[in-house]
This record gives sequence, structure tokens and C-alpha cells, in this order.
Amino acid sequence: MPPPGSESAVPNAGAPLLRLEGIRKEFPGVLAVRDASLDVRAGEVHALVGENGAGKSTLIRIVTGAHQADGGTVELNGSTARWPSPLAAAGAGIAAIYQELDMVPALSVRANLFLAREDAHLGFIAATEERKRAREVLTRMGVDVDPGVRVGDLEVAQQQLVAIARALLAEARLLVMDEPTAALASGEVERLFGVMRELRGRRIGILFVSHRLDEVMAIADRVTVMRDGATLGTWPACELTRERLVELMVGRPLDQEFPKVHIAPGLEVLGVRNLSGGRVRDASLSIRAGEVLGIAGLVGAGRTDLARLIFGADPVDRGEILLDGRPVAIRTPRDAIRNGVCLLTEDRKAQGLVLGLSARDNFALPNLDRWSPWGWVRRGKELSEFERFVAGLRIRVAGPAQPARDLSGGNQQKLLLARWLERDSRVLIFDEPTRGIDVGAKHEIYLLINELVARGKAIVMISSDLPEVLGMSDRILVMHGGRVVGEIPEAAAATQEQVLRLAVG
Amino acid sequence: MTDTGERGPSVLSRLLRAYGMLGVLVLLAVFFSVATIQEQQPGGEAAARSVARQLEGTQLEGATVVIVGRGGDEDARFADTLAQRVRERTGVVPLVVTGDPAEARTALGRLAEQGVTRCVIATTQASAGVVRSILEQLPALAGARVLIPASYRWPTFLLPENLRNVANQIAVIAILAVGMTMVIVTGGIDLSVGSLIALAAVVTASLIGRMGGEGAGTAAMILGGMATMVLCSAIGAFSGVMITRFKVPPFIATLAVMQVASGLAYIISAGRPVYRLPQSFVLLGRGADPVLGIPWAVLLMGVLYATAHVLMARTTLGRYIYAVGGNAEAARLAGVRVAAVLLFVYAACGALAGLGGVVMASQLRSGAPTYGVMYELYVIAAVVVGGTSLSGGEGTIPGTLVGAFIIAVIQNGMNLTHVESYTQKVVLGLVILGAVLLDRLKQRGMRRRGRSQGSGG
Repeated sequence: MPPPGSESAVPNAGAPLLRLEGIRKEFPGVLAVRDASLDVRAGEVHALVGENGAGKSTLIRIVTGAHQADGGTVELNGSTARWPSPLAAAGAGIAAIYQELDMVPALSVRANLFLAREDAHLGFIAATEERKRAREVLTRMGVDVDPGVRVGDLEVAQQQLVAIARALLAEARLLVMDEPTAALASGEVERLFGVMRELRGRRIGILFVSHRLDEVMAIADRVTVMRDGATLGTWPACELTRERLVELMVGRPLDQEFPKVHIAPGLEVLGVRNLSGGRVRDASLSIRAGEVLGIAGLVGAGRTDLARLIFGADPVDRGEILLDGRPVAIRTPRDAIRNGVCLLTEDRKAQGLVLGLSARDNFALPNLDRWSPWGWVRRGKELSEFERFVAGLRIRVAGPAQPARDLSGGNQQKLLLARWLERDSRVLIFDEPTRGIDVGAKHEIYLLINELVARGKAIVMISSDLPEVLGMSDRILVMHGGRVVGEIPEAAAATQEQVLRLAVG
Repeated sequence: MTDTGERGPSVLSRLLRAYGMLGVLVLLAVFFSVATIQEQQPGGEAAARSVARQLEGTQLEGATVVIVGRGGDEDARFADTLAQRVRERTGVVPLVVTGDPAEARTALGRLAEQGVTRCVIATTQASAGVVRSILEQLPALAGARVLIPASYRWPTFLLPENLRNVANQIAVIAILAVGMTMVIVTGGIDLSVGSLIALAAVVTASLIGRMGGEGAGTAAMILGGMATMVLCSAIGAFSGVMITRFKVPPFIATLAVMQVASGLAYIISAGRPVYRLPQSFVLLGRGADPVLGIPWAVLLMGVLYATAHVLMARTTLGRYIYAVGGNAEAARLAGVRVAAVLLFVYAACGALAGLGGVVMASQLRSGAPTYGVMYELYVIAAVVVGGTSLSGGEGTIPGTLVGAFIIAVIQNGMNLTHVESYTQKVVLGLVILGAVLLDRLKQRGMRRRGRSQGSGG
């Protein structure tokens, strides 16, 4: 039985260009895509929407050949297809325009347009011919860019248009775009949409992923919604409303996987007043002892940037940070740590652990001053502290000398937590505390958060996992475009819909 | 925590990592020992003992014992030791003749005139020919017995003189390698150390020259050496500032400093060696302690290695050095003052290069801007052969010592086995390549292990 509002609803659209049926993709420990089906027709803009972690990115990576599906069928122009690499997919006429633009910034627009497809004879590039063709395609798209300019000197929006031009030169029939508007200002978005409409007129199919629902409503012909690794169905955009889309994306009742305890909050511990810097504009927040403040928002909304500003990891342009009501100067992470503020970074491997060092050394790194009079490390004390926390946090580690690299994700997270608890930090900022952690370890992290608030710690929890934010926070701030755009005072009474509506701006 | 089943392989691999290169060093030593086994002529005390053993089977009552040797320290020790032995055992006071063959001829001629018939002549291998030819011309002494020390088979490589030689030759490179290890553990590199040797040698020689030249006192020499080290440390710190403050890649920053330092050395010395140094200045580079006969430079090296090892293994600074090299961003976010750590390692590396330059000036009793050319590469080679990873975060000071000795032993061994110098270069290059390949294989093995465990968790 076809899903609600499927194919027949748009009788005049072209024949299916790409068809996915029952796609499944499993990574070690994670079923990223469970069951996804959709079709993209020639001459349509097809939007793929869903919450963070719904499996959208994995699905489009399968389409562009970056991942291989474990199950299901892929059809291109009616015949079963399979491409083992992005190169093979490109050969089949599928072009990917990624968020991180895959161009060589130091080379000219022309060189990038013809990269690996040079118009060359015996290795000599036919520059004049290339330049002519480059101008042609850029003009056709209505893009005013000189092919001789270095790509690195262009605006992000222009780079993106060049990337599309490159796809056109390669005679792509299907463009796959992952968050093409994430880095664009609104005027630039309009221009991009103009180009997309133009391509639609040329019977090119476009599959694009976006979090910005307004834009989806504005440009898409049809919308496919994904949730929990499966597609729910495809609807013509004209039959949908924003509200209906949010409902479809969230869709499930909040289950009781969150052992939230509520503590009567104490006094304000951390206050942030009108903080600006990097992507963050005028952010203010206040958090009391024994409270969990959730920060929700889409990827790129500035949540991590805000955490890094508070922690002194990035330079602050304006605004102040108060601890116990008194302004403090936090210019480096060292300052923050000395003031009892610590950050559990989103990317444990790149920004948290020194992977080659032992579990003990990683635990000790910010705490060495505590047991090293005159710089001399008292190893006995160090080992006993380490073992105390290993036992207390139930960290599974083969021994103090085991390299941090060999620990599982959950144990790495607990090891990082242990290092901050050793310092008796008062404000703990968790950035994506359960990302990449299996369900059992997640639950343990939640229990630890409960223990911490019971001991009067103030916790800031940044998470893209909406149920987690709702389930574990006392209050929720929602960020969008670097600003705090809303506050939900009673997390327990909030709905995902409410948060998402704020988050999409 | 005590699950030995899980720790077993990691202990083995750690042993291999810590002592693998030591094993290579031992193998090399064994190889060159076997390759250089030959007849050795004992000298000094050892020669005296050998002759004394032969004398034990000889009736000495009524015989005249003559000990013949050439001039020089070693023969004097031979004669003294042997004379004492003979006196103690037989009560006979031997006649000791050392010096030119002419003196031996005079002394033996006098004995012949005195009508001595029973005569035992003890001499060294080197003087035996002379003694025999004298006796041929003295028929009165035809019955004289000539005793010479027995030769023995022993590797030239393992002779104490040679081992001391190896240690002395590597001292400068090994001293520099201490600082280089710290720099490379932070993930950096310092190409300026070779030029700093030249600059330090020239500066220290010039300073001592100003403070009295050949007549300079100990205080002046120490002051000159110290000032040189401070200067080189400041130059290292300058590289450090370029790297931390202005984000110049270490390779480029120190490449520039390498040129500047070399140029300064030529300017200060006007391109000529500086010779006016006191005789006592060579004590540091060529002298040895009076008790065990260990060269001062080697003792200095030992002290530096011990200190640096303790610093790296047991202090907070050492931990920070490893953390910065392993993941500078993670270290910064853990509150480590990354810039201060980097500044320290480059300043220390500069200071140690300065010390190396002072030692070299002492060894050669002069300072010249041509010293230390290509030394940065030997030093880096020693560090890398010693198991320090060029990608940072890994490496030990004792490993570097082993690395330095591996290079020294290969060079020395090839000299002893008469491998020509061009071939030596080829072999050394291949050894360095081999060490790096070993490092790569090790890392690949580790990453594979990490992956398989990661996917399980």
C-alpha cells in the first residue's frame, strides 16, 4: 500500500530519475538507516527532511556513492544501479554539493570547474577552450564570477554556485545538496533558489536536505520525511503546512528513557550577559545550582560556539560572564577551569582526549597541579585518585596505562567527566554528551547527571537529541542563527514541536 | 583492573617498543665485536701481568732481570708494575730500562761486560725486535731469555679505548638530541641546532679570547660557556615565539634561524677559526675523570640524560610536553599553557645546542663557523632511530640515547671494518629509513588494534 499522498498526487511530473526502495545501512553498533524509500523525478526539487540523526545524511551519502547500502535497491532511470565510489556515482550523472565544499581553494574557478576533467591534449591544458566553456556555463546560470579568480577568494555562496556549475559541466542529471543554505544569507538563498529553478527547467532532478522548513516550503515540489532511520512517506509540498511537517518529523511520544530527577535549584552560579563572539550574538543565560539547562537548536545554530566562549576557548568580543553574581575574566580555558567551569567537548577524540596517552594521563592532565608540588608528580597520589574515580564512575578500563584510544565511547566520556569531577568543578558544560554512545552507556551518563545536580552542580547540556533535551533538562534555551531565540521554562511540559518551531527560526 | 589476559599483548608490545631499539644496538655491538676479533697486543698493566705469569715458571735465583721498554706512559706503567711484581715475588730487584733503543743497547752492553750470564729480559711486543737484534751483537748474553707478553684474540671494537672513543664521538650529537627529543615530542622540529653549534663554538672561543685568551682562568671559561648557552637559549626562545605567537610552522621558523645563526657565526669570527684558547679548556672535551677514566663529556651527557628523563617522565612539564604533542587542542582545553610549553622546549633545545657547541670547541680547542654542518640531521636521525615519532606525542629520552649510540656504533664499526666513507653514508641513510619504517608499522598495528576494539564497544 502506497504511503499517504504518493506518486499519483503529482501526475504531471517527469518519470522517476532515481528510485530508492527499502534502503538499509548499518554501522558498527548503529542502524543508521532502517528502511528508506523515495524517488526523485527529472525536473523536480525534492526535499528530504527530518530531525538530527534521522538518517538523512547517511541516505544521501548512499545516493552519492560515499556509503554502500547494506540492503534495498537503487534504480537509476529504471535500471538497478550500484556505485562503489563517489567517482562512480559522478560517472552515472549524480553530483554531490556538500556542506564542506570539496574544491581546491588555492586554484582558480576554471581549474576547479575542470578538475580531473581537464580539457587537455598530451597533458597540456587547452586553457582558451576551458575558459570559454567556463564562461558559458556560468552565464547560463546567471552567475557573475570571473573564471580566473581563486576559489578561496570567493564568498561561500559563490563557491557553492561554482560547485553547481561544475556539476553541470559534468552533465549531471541529479544534484544532491546537503544543507545548501546553511552558510548563506537570505539574499544569497534567493539567488541559489533562482539557479535551482533554472535547473529544474532543464529537467535536472534535485534532491536536497534542509533543516529550514520555510525554505523547504518555498522551493520543494515534493517532500520526503525521515524519522528514526526510515522514510515516513512523500508528500507534494503544496499539501503540507509547516506545522504538519514538524508533527511528521517529531511524530513519536516522548518515552520514559530519561530518569530525570528534579532538585530545588539554589542560587545563580553562572550568568552570561549579552555575550558575543564568533557566530554568537548577544547571548544571555543564567543557571542555578542543581539545575540542568538544556540548549537546543539545529546544527550550526551557535550552541557549541556559545559553550566555547563561556569556557574561554574562543575570544569574546563583547559581554560578560558572572560566577556567583561577580564578573570574572575568562580569557583561556585555564581561567575557566580555575574558576570551576569546565567543558566536555562535543568531539571527544579531537578536543577532549590525547588519544595516544594513557587513561591515567588523560585523567590527570588538567589536575596535575593538585598532586605535583613544585612540578614533581606524586604518582602514588595520582594513581589512587584515578582508581577512586574509575570505581566511582564505573569506568571500564584495563588499567591505568591503557591508551585512551582503546576505550569505548562511553568510557571515554566518563574518563573526561572524571577529570573534571576531580577538580570539583561547579559548572559542567556537556556538549553532545551522548553522541556516539550506545544506549546502556547513555543511561549511565543520565544517572551521573542526576548525581551531579544532587550535589549542587550546575549543568549546561547542549544536545541535538530533542527527546534527550526535553527529558533531562529543567529549562531549555533554544538557539538559532547565533542568538538565543527562546526559553522554555518548564522542560517537562514542553513538546518537541515547540522546541523545533523555535529552532527552525 | 588486573585482568592480565587483556593486558598481556600490550605489555609485550610495550616491552618491544621500549627495548626494541636496545636489542638492535646489542645486535650491532655483537656483530661488530665478532667482525673485529683479531690478535691484540696487551700494553701497560695487562702486559706486565702476562709477563709476570710467564716468570712464575722460571728460576730467578742468581739471575739478572732486565725490563726493557720504550718511552711513554704505557710502557712506564708496564715497567713499574712488572718491577714491583718481581720484587715482591723473588726479592730480586730488576733493572728497568726505558727510552730509546740506544739506551737499551748501552744497558745490555754493560751487563755483557760485567759477565752476567743468566739473564732474563722482559719486554713488550713492540720492543722485542729491538732487544733481539741487540742480543745478536752481544754473544756474552746468548743465553739470555727474552719474555714478551702473550698476545690474545679479542674484538678491537670492545677494547676500552675504542668504547671510550665511541662515547666521546657521539657526545655532542647526544647532548643536542636531548633537546631535539623534547621538540619532536611536541610535534615540532628544530633545524637550527647545527648552526647553533657553530655559533656557540665561535662565541665561546671569542668570549674566552676577550677574557684573557690562552691565559684565561677557569672562571672566565665557565663564564664564557654559560653566556654562550644563554645566548643560544634566547635564540631558541626566539624560534619558539615565532612558532607560538605568529604561528610560523616550526620547520620554516627554525630553517630561517639556522641561516641567521650560521651567518652570525661567520660574521663574528670573520670566517676564520678562533684559536686563542687555554690548554686547560680541552679538559671538557678531551679530559677524563681520574678515577674511572670516563671522559668528562660522556659524564656530562649522562647527567643531562638522567635529568631530562626525570623531567619528561616525572614532572608536570614533561606530561604537558607529551600532551601538547599528542593533541595540542585537547591540551589547551584541559588548561595546559601550550605556548609556554612550546617556548620552553625550543629554549631548552637552543641551550643544549649551545652546550654542544662549547663541548665541540673544547674538543677541537678552537671555534670555527664551519662546525656542526649537517649535525641537525644526525641529531634528528638519532632521535627518530630512538623511537620518537615525528608526528609528536611519543618518544623517550633513554630511547634517544640508544638511537645516538646506534648511529655511533654503526659509524665506528664501519671505520673499524674499513668500510669506506661513501658506503658509510649509504648505510646510515638506510638505517634511518629502516627506523622510520619500523615506527610506521608500529603505528599502523596500533591503529588497527584501536579500530577493532572501538567497533566492539
